[in-house]
Amino acid sequence: MRITIDGVTTEVDGGTILDAARQMGIDTPTLCYGDTLTPVNACRVCVVELEGARTLVPACSRRVEDGMVVHTDSERVRTSRRMVLELLGSSVDLSTAPDALAYVDRYGAEPARLGTPPAPAPRIDNDLYVRDYSKCILCYKCVEACGVDHQNTFAIAVAGRGFDARISTELDVALPDSACVYCGNCVAVCPTGALMGKTEFDLREAGNWREEEQAQVDTVCPYCGVGCTLTLHVQDDAIVKVTSPDDHDVTRGNLCIKGRFGYRYAQNR
Amino acid sequence: MFGAGGGTSSYEETRAADLIVLWGSNAREAHPIFFHHVLKAVNRGAKLIVVDPRRTPSAQWADLWLGLDVGTDIPLASAVAREIIEAGLTDEEFIARATSGFEAFRESVQPWTLDEAERVTGVPAGAIRELAHAYGEAANAQLCWTLGITEHHNAVDNVFALIDLALLTGKVGKWGCGLQPLRGQNNVQGGGDMGAIPNRLPGFQEILDDAVRAKFDAAWGSTVPPTHGLHLSGMFEAMEHGDLRAVYVVGENPAQGEADQTRAERLLTGLDHLVVQDIFLTRTAQLADVVLPAAATLGEAEGTVTSSERRVQRVRKAYDAPGEARDDIEIVYALARRLGHDLGSPRAEDVWNEVRSLSPMHAGMSYARLEELGGIQWPCWDENDPGALFLHGRLWDEVVADRAPFQVVEHDPPVDLLDDAFPLRLTTGRRLESYNTGVQSGGYSSPLHRGGADILLAPEDGARYGVADGARVRIVSRRGSVETSARYDPTLRAGLAFMNLHFPDEVATNVLTIDATDPKSGTAEFKATAIRLEPVA
Amino acid sequence: MPDLKLLDAEPTEAEREAIDAVVGAEPAGSDRVVRSRPRRHLLLPALRAAQRRVGWVTAGALGYASRRLEIPPADAYGVATFYALISLEERPAEVLHVCTDLSCALKGAVVPEGAVPSPCLGLCELAPASLRTIAGERPREIQIPEERLPVHGDKLLRRIATGEPYGELRALARARELGPEAVIAAVKASPLLGRGGAAFPTGLKWEAVARQPVKPHFLVCNADESEPGTFKDRVIMEQDPFALVEAMAIAMFATGCEKGYVYIRAEYPLAQRRVQDAIDAVGIDVELRIGAGAYVCGEETALFQSIEGHRGEPRNKPPFPVEAGLFGKPTVVNNVETLVNIPHILLGEDGRDTRLFCVSGDVARPGLYELELGTPLSQLLDTAGAEPAKAVLLGGAAGSFLRPDQLDLELSFEAARAAGVTLGSGVVIVFGEDADLVSAVLRIAAFFREESCGQCVPCRVGTVRQEEALHRLASGAANGDERAVLADLTQVMRDASICGLGQTAANAVASAIENLGVLA
Repeated sequence: MRITIDGVTTEVDGGTILDAARQMGIDTPTLCYGDTLTPVNACRVCVVELEGARTLVPACSRRVEDGMVVHTDSERVRTSRRMVLELLGSSVDLSTAPDALAYVDRYGAEPARLGTPPAPAPRIDNDLYVRDYSKCILCYKCVEACGVDHQNTFAIAVAGRGFDARISTELDVALPDSACVYCGNCVAVCPTGALMGKTEFDLREAGNWREEEQAQVDTVCPYCGVGCTLTLHVQDDAIVKVTSPDDHDVTRGNLCIKGRFGYRYAQNR
Repeated sequence: MFGAGGGTSSYEETRAADLIVLWGSNAREAHPIFFHHVLKAVNRGAKLIVVDPRRTPSAQWADLWLGLDVGTDIPLASAVAREIIEAGLTDEEFIARATSGFEAFRESVQPWTLDEAERVTGVPAGAIRELAHAYGEAANAQLCWTLGITEHHNAVDNVFALIDLALLTGKVGKWGCGLQPLRGQNNVQGGGDMGAIPNRLPGFQEILDDAVRAKFDAAWGSTVPPTHGLHLSGMFEAMEHGDLRAVYVVGENPAQGEADQTRAERLLTGLDHLVVQDIFLTRTAQLADVVLPAAATLGEAEGTVTSSERRVQRVRKAYDAPGEARDDIEIVYALARRLGHDLGSPRAEDVWNEVRSLSPMHAGMSYARLEELGGIQWPCWDENDPGALFLHGRLWDEVVADRAPFQVVEHDPPVDLLDDAFPLRLTTGRRLESYNTGVQSGGYSSPLHRGGADILLAPEDGARYGVADGARVRIVSRRGSVETSARYDPTLRAGLAFMNLHFPDEVATNVLTIDATDPKSGTAEFKATAIRLEPVA
Repeated sequence: MPDLKLLDAEPTEAEREAIDAVVGAEPAGSDRVVRSRPRRHLLLPALRAAQRRVGWVTAGALGYASRRLEIPPADAYGVATFYALISLEERPAEVLHVCTDLSCALKGAVVPEGAVPSPCLGLCELAPASLRTIAGERPREIQIPEERLPVHGDKLLRRIATGEPYGELRALARARELGPEAVIAAVKASPLLGRGGAAFPTGLKWEAVARQPVKPHFLVCNADESEPGTFKDRVIMEQDPFALVEAMAIAMFATGCEKGYVYIRAEYPLAQRRVQDAIDAVGIDVELRIGAGAYVCGEETALFQSIEGHRGEPRNKPPFPVEAGLFGKPTVVNNVETLVNIPHILLGEDGRDTRLFCVSGDVARPGLYELELGTPLSQLLDTAGAEPAKAVLLGGAAGSFLRPDQLDLELSFEAARAAGVTLGSGVVIVFGEDADLVSAVLRIAAFFREESCGQCVPCRVGTVRQEEALHRLASGAANGDERAVLADLTQVMRDASICGLGQTAANAVASAIENLGVLA
């Protein structure tokens, strides 16, 4: 199939406009998109102009059709992207969302003219991870990861409607009373720090989270025999976070409670 | 299976399966990320059938759950086999070309009509029939099992009964179909690969084979004894008889992990010499004469492990081990030096290259390739070999030299019989957040740890034996007794109780279990204990 | 079925009975064999049944519905909290919902103590209107007022206008004589365009579904009429339900649909009863589904989501419903007015292309008017006895305001498009000299903020920021940036929202500012 993006025509084998743009080296902003998740195209920061379409279309989910002509940096596109970022920045604390902050800069968004985000409101109801929905952009990634895309535990869902929509357990019960199994696969996909490992949260609170100094070492989970690759994030000779590579065939970025949080036994010194 | 001990297929095939049967496996909790692959298939429309005495979280995902009586797997499998034969769902061409012993096998399952199996297993005939037809008719079927099959005194026969089903229907040796024993520990497969089993040298090479031994003798400059060694349970027997007087334990906690714990502890205490190499001062280490502090596999060690799908993967070091703790290889090599033998460089890669030089199935797995490919599934014969997604493709050759034999097995009920004094069947298993004797998983706190030491009871049994939900209860078996809290679990049927082994310091479940072991695998019958409940005032 | 962790709350006997009436009694369990039978699509009916029994959805009822339908409780909670008419908080068995929307506001709607304000109840010609819901052993909903006005029209509305009884299913018999292909050809040959707003040729839609090799096919009648000012579908369903049911039978026959659904908004109890009776009388496989207070479910893909038991969040298109609609299968979606045209096409007795208009507000004779396409708006206003208008809202909350000098507009798709307006759902609300247009604009902004599903950022946050900017302008607290902000919001909502709700959420507001100079 042939697709023309920003004046350059190329051949692609199916996929989405985002895939094609990436293949051509065009950096398209994304927030709700995840390589291992079904696109929900909710954030709309990836919208592009498709000739012949009445509205802009989401690059992350729109499948390429032969002969498409797409503009990724037109005035229309830039305006919508800038406005999406202003709308988010006016309603959400983006301070731990590096990607979103970079896009705010890139598109010259001024969220303050629309409103002021809420103050931090961390909910600490277990020792493994912390939720702060003042940082939530409702990208649905955690719901997808907890749901059919990965974990299939369905401990959380989007509840409410409109501006009142939020991520919630049933009846908003605390995590220990919910169906949560603490796999942390939601934490792994959260793009804004609304979900954060407790260790990272505590280190940040103490002003001692130094991501740029952290080493990342891949090894294999020491528990069951499935063979999940663990990426150990190490600071001061201690594990401060565990993830798994998205492109690892066995895990696709996912772990269970033991793999993600069960490392403390090797830290008691 | 038919030689090398490993699952025949891959997770990738599980994802693509039409039918997945989990038999005696609660993968949802015990192998959570493997279960992700199962769920990919289920969400795609594949059928999931779970055979398990308990209606586990895995069983709750199933299209069909069969809740058999503990230890009746062979009658169930036999009835499935008989129904497959009766319904004409066998792969006759495959049986004729690639297997042997079919006639005898067919004779052996004849008594197991659906009704007879229902009588013995408790599972309604219609459900057994449904399982048989689903398995017989599926294009791509994965038959997976775990300790529900192998923690029995007749573990190997149980496994044979399942393999027979795959042979009947030609569901092995081709992409999409397979037999998968899911491995419980991160390197239990690798241990077998490396010869940490009584009858094999690295690469599953037969220790009684002179040519094999000659190769190792030459490489190692010593003589490999031409005898089979002992299983763990065999070792305990040898301790009992006084034949085994000194034991070197590496990274195991048999004082709490063995069935009939009281006996295990007595035997370990009675040894002349016990050396324990571990990262913790475990209960076993507390009994030792010498403790060698080891580096943790997680974060502190280099090497490889082999997963359930035979994938050899790299373990990497992130920081130095604390204090005097040293890497396992280093300790073993230093010990060898003290004993007057230089094993060479203790670098993990050098050791691995020695493995590659001696074990043909690992020959192609250089560290560079393991890095590049993110692990390689054995066998991998040379550096151009991508590894094997599935095993036994040779069974589909036009001429099969070494045919796969049907195994005739007999039903042999659990050793620990139920009677009026011990009327309840206690079975054991793993919880999601915990692991083995809790040495590692006890190190972090989570809401899921709550109630971990409880015995789970069917509400009917609680009422019948006067044990309220949440009440303390004494659990008595023919070997000992323990006290803990009871919790009602509506997924258990009357007559079946459940405990785990993760919290031995709170409740020593293995005081109750029986050390009836399978003579071939050496595994004890952790899954079937006869107990009674005594309310605690 | 997922491994559920259920809520620690039991339903009462009454709740259990109410839910069982929807999902069936619990089968006698086996402690040896369990077969999974997820039935997520029954979630909303089950929650509705529980609420109608006790007045609200308790934790016990939510948990019981989750368990019986094999739905994770968090997921069920997400669905329950999506719908405005489902209450997860305790409230009295009897609740009065008072419409505060445009037409009712013009008629002086007042919300008494203890009553709940409501978006448009679709009784605009009878404004001010309300809906009383009564839970209990004999649950019922009462529309207030209960009287009905005469209608004005002589093709689609003829039977209602003349009181002539319903005869046989002549058009359906004709369809069966013709066969599916000829029926589709006849519809294609007619000028019929969809009346739901998109004006897509109905015949092409039918043909596209009929050709899909994937089975089954579904027919969905969109009767979730919720555009403020709209009541036409309600009138037809209440007073001529057989016209709809016969048309559905024809559509299913022509397009090879195994099963049909008609999704009627919760606020239309009489229409629900009449349509159900007609379905039973005609004997076709059509299931009545009842909404629960969500404007966005009028969007076709949101409607599918709602029937399937999900939150009514619109799907991204493509794929289009003709390819992957309800339950992922090829689906014909037609609204009520579109469908009732079908029998006339097949019988070929009246070739006029007419449209229904819902006239309300400051007029002497509010009500439903059937006009030939192309009739000038001014003529309709005269007929209805409109007061001298300060403005007319055409097309509903997603439509546009017209000035008094623009009222000679021809009511046709082409003329509307040329004038940059839309006929939408045929709404004509007349704002007389004394009308408060600022309040009307703020009400429209509030409506979209309340009805946004919350899925996409432009609509979820944009509708809030739009309303805030309008309030700043209205209250004199403007900071000078409002016009630029509103222009940017209009563009991002139009261009980047997922569905028509967000895409049109700024239409009327922008036309009030630009065309009428309100808040300018």
